Amino acid sequence: METFLGLEYSTWWFLVVGGVFSGYAILDGFDLGAGAWHLFLKKEKSRRIALNAIGPVWDGNEVWLVIGGGALFAGFPDVYATVFSAMYIPFILFLVMLIFRAVSIEFRSKENMNWWRKSWDRAYSFSSILLAFLLGVVLGNILLGMPIGADKEFSGSWLSFINPYAILVGFCSLTLFMMHGAIYLIMKTEGRLYQKMAILARRAIIAFIVIFAITTIYTLIYLPHLSDKFKSNQWLFIVPLLAMLSIANIPRLVTKRKYVQSFVFSALTIALLLIVVAIELYPVMIISTIDPAYSLTVQNASSSEKSLEIMLIFAAIGVPLVAIYTTFVFWTFRGKVTLDDHSY
Amino acid sequence: MDVEILSRLQFALTISFHYIYPPLSIGLGLIMVIMEGLYLRTGDKQYEDLARFWTRIFAVTFGIGVATGIVMEFEFGTNWATYSRYVGDIFGSALAAEGIFAFALESGFLGVLLFGWDRVKPAVHFIATVGVWLGSMFSAIWIVVANSWQQTPAGYHIVGTGMEARAEITDFWAMVFNPSSVERLSHVWLGSFLAGAFLVMSVHAWYLLHGRFGDISKKAFRIALLVAVVSSLAQLFAGHKSAEVVAEHQPAKLAALEGHYDSLGVADMYLIGWVDKENKKVTGIRIPGGLSFLTGFDFKTRVKGLDYFGEEDRPSAVNAIFQFYHIMVAIGMALIAISLAGLYYWWRGTLFEKRWLLWGFVGAVLLPQIANQAGWFAAEMGRQPWVVYGHLRTSDALSKSVTANHVLFSIILFTIIYIFLFTLFVYMMNKKIQHGPVSGELMDDRPRQKDMTKKITD
Ligand code: HDD
Ligand code: HEM
Ligand code: HEM
Repeated sequence: METFLGLEYSTWWFLVVGGVFSGYAILDGFDLGAGAWHLFLKKEKSRRIALNAIGPVWDGNEVWLVIGGGALFAGFPDVYATVFSAMYIPFILFLVMLIFRAVSIEFRSKENMNWWRKSWDRAYSFSSILLAFLLGVVLGNILLGMPIGADKEFSGSWLSFINPYAILVGFCSLTLFMMHGAIYLIMKTEGRLYQKMAILARRAIIAFIVIFAITTIYTLIYLPHLSDKFKSNQWLFIVPLLAMLSIANIPRLVTKRKYVQSFVFSALTIALLLIVVAIELYPVMIISTIDPAYSLTVQNASSSEKSLEIMLIFAAIGVPLVAIYTTFVFWTFRGKVTLDDHSY
Repeated sequence: MDVEILSRLQFALTISFHYIYPPLSIGLGLIMVIMEGLYLRTGDKQYEDLARFWTRIFAVTFGIGVATGIVMEFEFGTNWATYSRYVGDIFGSALAAEGIFAFALESGFLGVLLFGWDRVKPAVHFIATVGVWLGSMFSAIWIVVANSWQQTPAGYHIVGTGMEARAEITDFWAMVFNPSSVERLSHVWLGSFLAGAFLVMSVHAWYLLHGRFGDISKKAFRIALLVAVVSSLAQLFAGHKSAEVVAEHQPAKLAALEGHYDSLGVADMYLIGWVDKENKKVTGIRIPGGLSFLTGFDFKTRVKGLDYFGEEDRPSAVNAIFQFYHIMVAIGMALIAISLAGLYYWWRGTLFEKRWLLWGFVGAVLLPQIANQAGWFAAEMGRQPWVVYGHLRTSDALSKSVTANHVLFSIILFTIIYIFLFTLFVYMMNKKIQHGPVSGELMDDRPRQKDMTKKITD
């Protein structure tokens, strides 16, 4: 296969897909996290402010998922086909939750009745929690691998996706996003709500660090194949090390009330953790638990060279454009949230 | 029921539901761009009020469009895994382009469009509106290109055999400009403009009939009427171009559209009819040799009929295809008629006195919606039994690891949720329309208005 700067096209596309999903986790991560806290905020005004803190950006954040899905379909059709048809039930639930969440944000403010707002608040918060959790469950199962035969088809039962490891990773992503979302809300709020979020953020940090530690130990003991790369190449070890440092930096910055920096570090943590996952897996994308030879890899599951080349050109043109208008939107809505006529 | 039927049912359900909203978003986007552009040019506050009002309605259609669209994107993987492997090389790149170039543009600027009215300068806001609208136009490009490629594949070659076979791109631009994409894209765009324009006319005609927002409604109505006149006339032309493409590249579909069975005979055209599948006959009002004339400009041109193709290579639901197609065409004619009637009375200066016509416009909002749905059903059912025309059969395109129960479960889930969503949609639209194009304080000065809003909010 053709190479560019020493890497094959398919590897470049692996990086693109990984980059887009990391962007998704960082961006939607904070609004899912903010949603997960929603029911912890008791006052109507606080809830509205929290909702409007993500109001102008959540839809743009979700688009990263759409682009990621498209990018996966385009670059690795076999992975797209196998993973989504294998995890049929979890993904349908995921989609349903996405619908509920979008609708709750949209409709909550449209009526004043108490029951109306209460019901949407619940729908919004539960769907946010479940989405954050399901993302972790999917990641956990990808780390575990699944029974894939020579025909690249999944041959297990969907119930196998509910297993202790996946659930652990699910809690890990939930607490990570809740931490990330709480820090975001601190940046966007003032007064009582600001103080409340500062307290909640500390709790989230503790919860995340504890669950993350358990997950790491579990991985090292029960999934030794995932740390092979780091054992054989000491240099790579620098990545998990950086991730640890980045995590440790968050409580330090939060205590110093440097919230913008702590937000940057929680975003960095998400990115670094996903890079660790990518290193653990590469070049495999989906591990076959039947026979390693059946695993779907960056090479055997990719699109044709021609197609990858075209799409790399698209990405080179498109990604900077997307970055420009994302920055523009965040810039327009910078600063603390104020409510006006057009607010939710 | 088997996985195939259920998966088709699920796809039809989810895409039909999704397709209620995109045409509205695209069409309203165009009209909002015009309204805001007029505001920038003339400085007339009424245009700003209109733009703000329609933005609020747009927010609802767009929101549901996005929520239901994400389902579509992943459904290829969940339900049509074999298909996804087969076309990923081609279809995937169109979908990826759509994400990068269209959806990101749309939702990037959406925040500014909805929440930025008092935050950015009017000119910047206008740029955001144009951005969102262009984004929605672009997204139609890529999805229609992908769908057109399935209908009339080009710029590819098949690699591998049997289970391993898949289509790979050889020529990107040939894939993009496959024989049907330009024709179908313009048809889809125009259908969307019609959906948007008729919604705007319906709402403002209703206001006029109830003596509300008179001045502002006349302005809005004229804008939308112009869009409708141009689009409905252009649609006739675009539809005809689409039919020509079908005649050339999908003869079996063409035969089904007119219920023409006779292997190599002269083909009639029907204004209205009913296909009797058993006896391979159509009863109805016909123009003898009409289809022959349209394909060859001669009433005696021979047209391949359904019998020319083997049972397994031709669509089976002929009557349904026939009816969907004829409903669409009839509606196309009706839209032209009502738009021209509007134009005529506008020219005469009596448009807003013709109550019967205004009532007609109130109801006409449903017509473009029905035509859009019917058009897709005719096009997609007429493509059967192929998913990728001539290469991959629908029955071979399924996910192997998914069982009928899984699909049934998701259909039930989606049905419940979509009914719920649709109820909310109607309710919200009604509420916003009752409220009308005024800002909060103004509203209280109008006794009628207060009454109405009270009734619905109580
Ligand atoms: C003619 C236009 C058209 C057609 C035929 C379709 N869509 Fe659509 N879609 C749009 C036009 C559109 C839009 C105008 O861009 C949307 C709809 C409502 C909206 O407001 O954005 C959208 C939203 C939308 C989204 C959410 C995007 C976001 O987050 O902003 C996805 C993932 C899809 N669609 C995917 C699909 C798929 C996979 C389709 C085919 C099976 C499909 N759409 C048919
Ligand atoms: C005026 C007469 C019309 C004619 C002759 C016509 C013709 C056609 C034909 C032949 C197709 C099938 C194309 C294919 O399978 O590739 C089609 C599809 C379609 N039509 Fe029409 N049409 C007309 C009016 C309309 C109107 C008024 C609307 C909507 C407002 C509409 C919406 C659609 C849609 C959404 C499709 C499916 C997409 C496509 O295949 O392009 N049509 N039309
Ligand atoms: C773009 C807008 C689209 C609309 C409005 C649309 C509409 C429809 C409709 C109405 C059906 C039901 C037909 C039937 O049950 O016989 C259908 C079926 C189907 N369509 Fe489309 N379609 C669209 C795009 C696509 C695209 C892009 C694909 C690409 C995969 C696709 C693939 C299918 C498949 C696999 C089925 C199920 C099999 C079948 O019943 O035909 N459609 N579509």
